Amino acid sequence: MSDIVLKTENLTKYYGGVHALESANFELRKGEHVAIMGDNGAGKSTFVRQITAVEQRTSGKVWFDGKEVNFAGPIAAREAGIETVFQNLALADDLDVPSNLFLGREKVLFNLGPFSILDRKFMRKATEAALVRTAVKIPNLSNTIRHMSGGQRQCVAIARTATFASKLIIMDEPTAALGVQETMQVENIIRTLKANGEPLILISHNMRQVFDLVDRIVVFRRGRIVANLRKQDTDGNDIVSYITGAKTGEAELAA
Amino acid sequence: MAQTTHGVGGLSYDAKKRTWPAEFNVFLALIILVGAFELIGRVFLGDSFLFNTRANVDTIFNEARLQIIILQVSIVGIIAIGVTQVIISGGIDLSSGSIVGATAMIAMSFAQVATVNGNPNPKAMFLAQGWTDLPVIVPVLVAIGCGLLAGLVNGSLIAYTRIPPFIATLGMMVTARGIAKWWSKGQPISFPTESFAAIGKGLMPVIIFISLAILFQLILSYTRYGKHCYAIGSNEDAARMSGINVQNHKILVFVIAGILASLAAVVLSSKNLTAQAGMGVMYELDAIAMAVIGGVSLSGGRGSIIGTVIGALIFGVIISGFTFLRLDAYYQEMVKGVIIIGAVVLDQWRQRLRAMRA
Repeated sequence: MSDIVLKTENLTKYYGGVHALESANFELRKGEHVAIMGDNGAGKSTFVRQITAVEQRTSGKVWFDGKEVNFAGPIAAREAGIETVFQNLALADDLDVPSNLFLGREKVLFNLGPFSILDRKFMRKATEAALVRTAVKIPNLSNTIRHMSGGQRQCVAIARTATFASKLIIMDEPTAALGVQETMQVENIIRTLKANGEPLILISHNMRQVFDLVDRIVVFRRGRIVANLRKQDTDGNDIVSYITGAKTGEAELAA
Repeated sequence: MAQTTHGVGGLSYDAKKRTWPAEFNVFLALIILVGAFELIGRVFLGDSFLFNTRANVDTIFNEARLQIIILQVSIVGIIAIGVTQVIISGGIDLSSGSIVGATAMIAMSFAQVATVNGNPNPKAMFLAQGWTDLPVIVPVLVAIGCGLLAGLVNGSLIAYTRIPPFIATLGMMVTARGIAKWWSKGQPISFPTESFAAIGKGLMPVIIFISLAILFQLILSYTRYGKHCYAIGSNEDAARMSGINVQNHKILVFVIAGILASLAAVVLSSKNLTAQAGMGVMYELDAIAMAVIGGVSLSGGRGSIIGTVIGALIFGVIISGFTFLRLDAYYQEMVKGVIIIGAVVLDQWRQRLRAMRA
């Protein structure tokens, strides 16, 4: 039990009458990379939003890092060590790279409440270190995010999760809008995270990417988990049949 | 070969090819404008706009004109500082002019003298209560309280009921103007104490304006508050997901804007030695215009106090320039309107250009 980083039990979310997520039971072990797949509206993002407490779940339980948790909001989840790279890139376009990396948790020199003086030197240094650690290439840190390519933006978003000692990283379609080379860059970052033993949940539609990167694949369909398979026990066709509903029923891991 | 500087991860960039700060363009516009007035003056009037032409005065520049240029925009400039941080964080404030009116009335009634030329002050609001000849700190604190309250209402409406800032502050604009008229049933409030009158005397408005501008430029550049202003104006959802308390921040932004408007009211009523219910009409639009001319983007996330100060100077130069050219005041308003639209159009172009280059 102690090597389980994240566990959900009967996690359920209703939006009014819409059952977006029903009784999701999920586990993630230390150092494990898991992919979540499924069609649009299958409940993947909803599932992530419950874990990260962007929304409050209707019912169910969540354990994280050995404790049952009830995060009040995304800040609490993040402080506990869950870092998320959101689908719509939670970056401020008009700020530079260090400001974005430290957004919402700026390092300050003097604490004067909201008017605390920022420690810009420290944040710049830490940003450089984080970018080096994740092998992200950014020409000029002082440029605003607006001036950067989609790949660079995504890399900044991912580097942000790696800047802070996180216990779980969640990526919601990190390469959906990227070109071939940019996708490779992001995938390399994910491999670096795997080598560092950092657990990851990857939401992706890209079958090749999923089979390249993760250990285990969980398929969502109509708000339910319909498959939970080790990579070596399945193949692309198998996963597609679960996604489309050609195969049904919860496929459990063999023992 | 272009000189390159090494970035992170082995990439390099041309450090010299950095984009100009937007303020530089605005400053250039100011210089061109001054140059244009100078040229027109020399050609058509045989007089200089900027330089001293009188033999009996021993200065290079026409100092009286320079003083007027900045003096006449200082009070609206104080409001514009508050409006700038509102716009940067993605909002808009239409209520500042009315807050000036209401605050001037209320604060002035706590700054009155008991007797005028030996007779009881005919305009005193609180003569019966004996609230006359109070120390200057009382009306100033009353004013700050008024601005704080108005800003708190604005900010809370926007943060908690999710009313768009345009509507919330439009409501405050009408309400505060109503309060200004109701306070003394439309009567002007006059005869302030000497210490209150000293606040807006001479070049004091300029000193107050510049000090506040420096203070807020530092706050926007170097504090967490400033960083969050830009973040929220840039991408509110991102700011929220990053853990910034967007609601509290918005309230604080509007509270600060309200307090700055109330300080403008103190300076204005002190300078005029009277408070009237119609004070500050259209100031909100002038303040927004100064910010927009100064390069503050109405879509939020971009701009600076320095830009707004230059925008205010452009305003001052236009007004002084028109007076210098002996043109009717009516033209000023028309030209102001054209310049505001021009500034926004330029901002849009600049954004599109940048998007194409990126």
